[in-house]
Amino acid sequence: MIELTNVHKAFGPKRVLDGVDLTINRGESMVIIGGSGTGKSVLLKCILGLMVQDQGTITLDGEDTSKVERDAFLARFGMLFQGGALFDSLPVWQNVAFRLLRGSLAKPKEEAREIAIEKLRRVGLTPDVADLFPAELSGGMQKRVGLARAIAAEPEIIFFDEPTTGLDPIMSGVINDLIREIVVEMGATAMTITHDMSSVRVIADHVAMLHGGKIQWTGPVGDMDNSGDPYVTQFISGSAEGPIEAVR
Amino acid sequence: MNAVTKPLATIGRVTLGFLALVGRVAIFAGQSIAHIVRPPFYPREFLTAVLNIGYFSLPVVGLTAIFTGAALALQIYSGGQRFSAEAVVPQIVAIGMVRELGPVLVGLMIAARVTSSIAAEIATMKVTEQIDALVTLSTHPMKYLTAPRVLAATLVVPLLVGIGDIIGIMGGFIVGTQQLGFATGPYLNNTWNFLEMSDIVSSLIKGAAFGFIAAVMGCYHGMRSGRGAQGVGRATKTSVEAAAVLILAANFLLTSFFFAT
Ligand SMILES: Nc1ncnc2c1ncn2[C@@H]1O[C@H](COP(=O)(O)OP(=O)(O)OP(=O)(O)O)[C@@H](O)[C@H]1O
Ligand SMILES: [Mg+2]
Repeated sequence: MIELTNVHKAFGPKRVLDGVDLTINRGESMVIIGGSGTGKSVLLKCILGLMVQDQGTITLDGEDTSKVERDAFLARFGMLFQGGALFDSLPVWQNVAFRLLRGSLAKPKEEAREIAIEKLRRVGLTPDVADLFPAELSGGMQKRVGLARAIAAEPEIIFFDEPTTGLDPIMSGVINDLIREIVVEMGATAMTITHDMSSVRVIADHVAMLHGGKIQWTGPVGDMDNSGDPYVTQFISGSAEGPIEAVR
Repeated sequence: MNAVTKPLATIGRVTLGFLALVGRVAIFAGQSIAHIVRPPFYPREFLTAVLNIGYFSLPVVGLTAIFTGAALALQIYSGGQRFSAEAVVPQIVAIGMVRELGPVLVGLMIAARVTSSIAAEIATMKVTEQIDALVTLSTHPMKYLTAPRVLAATLVVPLLVGIGDIIGIMGGFIVGTQQLGFATGPYLNNTWNFLEMSDIVSSLIKGAAFGFIAAVMGCYHGMRSGRGAQGVGRATKTSVEAAAVLILAANFLLTSFFFAT
C-alpha cells in the first residue's frame, strides 16, 4: 500500500503539489488524470524518490520511503517514463533486460535476451527490433520498449506515465489490455497517468484527479461518470466550458 | 554606506559561492573514488571508456605532439644561436616535452575531446530522464557512469602522455636531423642520456592527475546539467573551461612540487 499524506512540492515560486493525500492499495490499479502541467509526473517521481517533496510523507507498506533501504525499495518498482528514457547507448534488448543483466536480479545473458524478446512481443514488437538502437525506432515504438523495460523484471509495483500517448488506437488497445492483465494476473499494483479516457475505463480500479496541486476527486472508476464533481465532469467530457481554465 | 557595503557584499557572495563550488567538486571527486573501489563494478563500461578516452585519442595526441616537438626544436635552435648554444636542441626538446609540453598539451586535448563528450553525453542522459531511469533500475549513476570513466581516464591518460612525449621528441628529432644538421646517433644519445627517471615519472603522474581532472569535470557538470538543449550546451562549455583551467593550475602545483628546489 502506498500512502501519500499532505505532499507539497514547489519549483521556485511555482507550487506544483500543494497538499496531496492519496492511498493506493496493494494489487489495485490507480489511474491519475488531470490537466497538462498539473504535476502528475512530479507526483510519481516523488514516490520513487527521484525528487524529494518539500513537505509531507510518503509511505510504502507503512514505511517512510525517505528512510527505507534504497536498493531493496527500488527493486520492487518498475517505471515507464513519459519520454521513454531509453538508454541510447544500448540496443533495445539490453534496454529491456537492463535489470536482468546486472545487480541482484542478474541472469545469464541468453536467458535475459529471451525474456527481453518475450516482453517485446507482449508490447507488440517483433524480435527483429531487439538488436536495433533506440534512435532507430519511432516514438511510439520507443514508448513500448520503455513499457517492456518497466515490466521486464516483473516488479510488484509499476508506474506508467502516459503509456498510450503517441500510439495508434489499436496499439493503445493492446497496451491497455496488457496493463490490465499485469494487474489481474501478476497481482501487481499499478499507477497509471493518462489523458485517454478510454484507457481510464479499461485500466482503472480507482481514479484520482489532480487539480490545483491537490487530489480534486478520487473514487472507483464506476463512480467517475456520476461523480457530481464539476472538474471531473468537465475533464471527462473534454469541454472548454467549466471550472477548469483552458489557459494554464 | 551603501556604496561601501555593496561591493563588500558582492565580494563576500562571490567568495562564498566559489568555496561552495570547490566543496561540491571535492565531494564529487571523493565520491567518484569511493565508487571506483567499491562493488558492483561495470567492466564493460570501463572497457568502452578505455577505448574512447585512450585509443581514439591517439591520432589527435600524436599530431599535437609531433608538431609541437618540431616547432620546439626550431625555436631552441634559433634562440640558442644568439649565444652559441644551438647544440642543446636535443636536451631541451626532451626536457621540455617530457616535463611540461607533453603532459599539458595531452591534458588540454583530453579536456577538449573527452571532457566535452562525457559532459554532453551525461547531460543529455540527465535531460532525457535516462539518469532517473538508471536509478529506478537499481543502478547508481555515479557507479555506472562516473566511476568507469574516471578510472579509465586516470589510467589511460598517463599512457597517452608517455606516447605524446615520445612522438614529440621524435618531431624534434626529425627537424633536428633533417633540417638543422644534427647527426642521428648523437641526437638520440644526447636525448636519452640527459633525461632522468624523475622527469619521466613526473610526466606520467601529471598525466594521471590531468586524466582524473578531465573525467571528473565532465561527469560533474554533466550530472548537474540544467534542462533542455541549452542546459546540455552550458554544461559542456563549463566542463571544458573548468577542466582546462584546473589542468593548468594542477600543472603548476605539480611542477613546483617536483622541480622547485
Ligand atoms: N525539474 C523541474 N524543474 C522545474 N520545474 C519542473 C521540473 N519538473 C517539473 N516542473 C514543473 O512542474 C509542473 C508539473 O510538471 P509535470 O511534468 O508533473 O506535469 P504533468 O502533470 O505530468 O503534465 P503532462 O500531462 O503534460 O505530462 C510543470 O509546470 C513543470 O514546469
Ligand atoms: Mg507528465
